[in-house]
Amino acid sequence: MIGAIPLPYPFDAAFMQRALAACVVVGVFAPVIGTFLVQRRLSLVGDGIGHVAFAGVGAGLLAGVWPVWTALAFAVAGAVGVEYLRMRKKASGDLALALFFYAGIALGVVFASRAGNGSIDFETLPYLFGDPFRVSDAGVGAVILLGTGITAGVWALRRVLFAIVTDEDWARVAGLPVDAMNAALAALTAAAIVAAMKIVGILLVAALMALPVATAQLLARSFRDTMRLGVAIGAGSAVIGLALSRPLNLSPGGAIVMVAAALFAVVAVAKRTVPLLQGAH
Amino acid sequence: MTAATEPGPAPGVPLLEARGVSFSFGRGSVLDEVSLAVHPGEFVALVGPNGAGKSTLLKILLGSLPASLGSVRLFGAAPEDVHDRWRLGYVPQRPILSSELPATVEEIVSAGRLRQRGWWRTLRPEDHDAVHHALASVGLGDLAHTPLNELSGGQQQRAFIARAFASGPDLLVLDEPIAGVDGESQRKFRDSLVHLIQEHGSGVLLVSHELAAVARDLDRVVVLKRHVLFDGTPDELAASGVSLGVHRDDLPLWLEGLR
Repeated sequence: MIGAIPLPYPFDAAFMQRALAACVVVGVFAPVIGTFLVQRRLSLVGDGIGHVAFAGVGAGLLAGVWPVWTALAFAVAGAVGVEYLRMRKKASGDLALALFFYAGIALGVVFASRAGNGSIDFETLPYLFGDPFRVSDAGVGAVILLGTGITAGVWALRRVLFAIVTDEDWARVAGLPVDAMNAALAALTAAAIVAAMKIVGILLVAALMALPVATAQLLARSFRDTMRLGVAIGAGSAVIGLALSRPLNLSPGGAIVMVAAALFAVVAVAKRTVPLLQGAH
Repeated sequence: MTAATEPGPAPGVPLLEARGVSFSFGRGSVLDEVSLAVHPGEFVALVGPNGAGKSTLLKILLGSLPASLGSVRLFGAAPEDVHDRWRLGYVPQRPILSSELPATVEEIVSAGRLRQRGWWRTLRPEDHDAVHHALASVGLGDLAHTPLNELSGGQQQRAFIARAFASGPDLLVLDEPIAGVDGESQRKFRDSLVHLIQEHGSGVLLVSHELAAVARDLDRVVVLKRHVLFDGTPDELAASGVSLGVHRDDLPLWLEGLR
């Protein structure tokens, strides 16, 4: 373990600094992906894919494989599956999500109970709720690496993704690679969820994709500013939530998402009451 | 995809041609032996009563639906084989744009340059010039940085026309673009189409019920009701007692009577 660098309380301890690095990275890449999901009205897709990833965690525990790999495989398959059902209009986006959502969590519970000899294995808890305080140096490194890759990937595709999520029918006629980009966005979403699951938890990672973007769109006047502001709000929520979680003895994932939700509430109310903000859409 | 391979509109060859296109859905025939063509520099309107098969024909022409019978040539090739898709400008009927997330007019219109530049590349100064030129030609030059959801319906529709203009298309296809749009927007819409035809020699296929604004600029009117009922100049259509321009209600009433 690398020693602590001098930072004020509550970030003076090495474990808090590792948690800070990991949570801020998640707070950055989750809204980057989320901007496109919110625009497509698929704010909950992250949650659905997270549940499928949980089935992967259970499968990994059962098979004795590192659960991150199996979670990634399940999440990518689930994300592409939701996209397939949505595109082929075999089921509405809502119904497709429900299908994967519940089948995923049930399969995860079944797998995990088999792995734990009939009771839910204690090992699944960090995946469901996140445990940034116990993340290792290698774990932080992995999150940073994955987060950088995901952010760079979305950044490189941002123009074509924007064109597709704003007007998919037009994009198809214009000859843009709609199917390939939808699959890429689904795979990047899955990767983002798996990268974040041990930090903020499968149950809460999707919140960091949607809430900062929801707040940002109340203030920004362009797509670019929405994404930038979403990233700032996501990272800010991570810092504040983590800072609160240590002295108040809160679950960090829960505290971070509560901060993000509170920011949305404050901005939404302020926008209705403060005349200066009312010109902003 | 580079400037060197940019093919201008070739004279003689139709930009868009349908030959004997039929389409059936279940047991019902939606389109029956439909043939039409749009040549470079031509301004063609496609009209027909509701349920005449206009939307289906448009999907077939754009290559998003296969015809049951007959053939379609876009720039002389099968629509799915057209590599330079940017040569086709398309203005959809009701663009589905979530109004929740802010996006500026410029961001929307810039998407029109992606296919040409290569969607993985950064836009260059000439792309931004083309975007601003397109915005100016539809009279939205001053609103480039305004969020789309703060615009009126007519202004929004002009933004989507600018997106189609941004690639400098050889063929522009518009699906009911001015339904319920205010008079000023209709005039600017007409001016920008005429500008595109005269400056670039592009062909335009306009699917619309409201042709009053462009009545004097149209080269041909095609009336569709499962098959082509009429294909000729506005004057010829007027000779058969239907005027496009003078009495705004003539055409819709007549179309209604065709049902």
